[in-house]
Amino acid sequence: MPAVHDRGGLPTDQPIDRSEHEWADWEYVANALVGVLRRHEVINVDELRRGIEAMVPAEYESSSYYERWSASIETLLVEKGVLTTAEIDAVAARMDGLWRR
Amino acid sequence: MTVRADEVAHHHRTPWFVKGKSGVVRRVHGAFPNPESRAHGGSGMPKRRLCQVEFRQSDIWGPKYRGRADDVLLADIFEQWLEPVPRG
Amino acid sequence: MSSDHRHPPLLHADRSVRATRVLAIRQLLIDKGVVTAAEVDDVVARSRARTPADGAKVVARAWTDDAFRGRLLADARAAAREQGYRLSHDADLVVVENTAEVHHLIVCTLCSCYPTSLLGQPPDWYKSFAYRQRAVIEPRAVLREFGLELPAAMHLRVVDSTADVRYLVLPRRPPGTEGMSQDDLAGLVTRDSMIGVAEAHRPEGGRCACRGTS
Repeated sequence: MPAVHDRGGLPTDQPIDRSEHEWADWEYVANALVGVLRRHEVINVDELRRGIEAMVPAEYESSSYYERWSASIETLLVEKGVLTTAEIDAVAARMDGLWRR
Repeated sequence: MTVRADEVAHHHRTPWFVKGKSGVVRRVHGAFPNPESRAHGGSGMPKRRLCQVEFRQSDIWGPKYRGRADDVLLADIFEQWLEPVPRG
Repeated sequence: MSSDHRHPPLLHADRSVRATRVLAIRQLLIDKGVVTAAEVDDVVARSRARTPADGAKVVARAWTDDAFRGRLLADARAAAREQGYRLSHDADLVVVENTAEVHHLIVCTLCSCYPTSLLGQPPDWYKSFAYRQRAVIEPRAVLREFGLELPAAMHLRVVDSTADVRYLVLPRRPPGTEGMSQDDLAGLVTRDSMIGVAEAHRPEGGRCACRGTS
């Protein structure tokens, strides 16, 4: 059975949805973070793809494109010891708190 | 050339549907860092040649392909995935 | 650690967990000096600025300048540089030419590789599972969905950009465009025509008498 990202030829009845969504700012940020982290040689594109492909298949399938990037960026930065999960948890919780006020 | 039919767990850029299929190398794009190494903390060295391989759609999909018999699919495959077509 | 108040547009009621975590990661990387806010903003600005108009200019020149067309098909990176486009070093670029006999369609089944240097960010459908799954096995049905009925005699070449090469289609120059300027021609070149799911537009109005029914 092909890996979850290896989609070519998998059967589907889905028509191609040609509607476009306007990018949220966080999607631009996810895209840009990868660009900057690649330039600084913190991560490379092959690692980014590997991180995406390592997602739990159900999560891969239910995530949007940049949600998958986000998951991989986090996986790689934690794996490389640049950030810890606890740090990300803490800042994310604080941001959520700020925005809810 | 024939694409190796290996099922591997590490990151690689060979789609499942060309594995074990034979095609013709149409061009060699040059050498690129090996993604199978670079995805897993390696240097990607030595670089590997990346080949554009042309497959007949009917060879890939069989009768499931609806189109002209001579329609083709082109995929870029790293040299380590290619071996000579077995004789016989 | 100071929180970042400079980005009010980041406030989204519907942001997902992953969205918040991206913004948290950005903040942490800035606080730790791994990246600067300016670098990130700069990449955001540049990615917003890139549009398919860049690819369209390259196509229009290829339509009007045979020598350039030859160079574009032989070495797209060098030809694009000639036009003032510096492509990223991460991936190479190959241009494939649609003709009266051959049609090319581009897909990336493994992820969403796309010639962003000349086309900007890919449309959502290009990244969709439906397109990635169907474009290789039933490309003619996919093209029909996009409104392009390929003649039975047309040879179809689907290109799966699986590795370090990005592909751009050089669409056919529409009939009735003789004598048009490069700028006007570029206006006929759509993003979709450079992916291969459509043909370039035909000129509207009186210029084109070629398709009139008698």
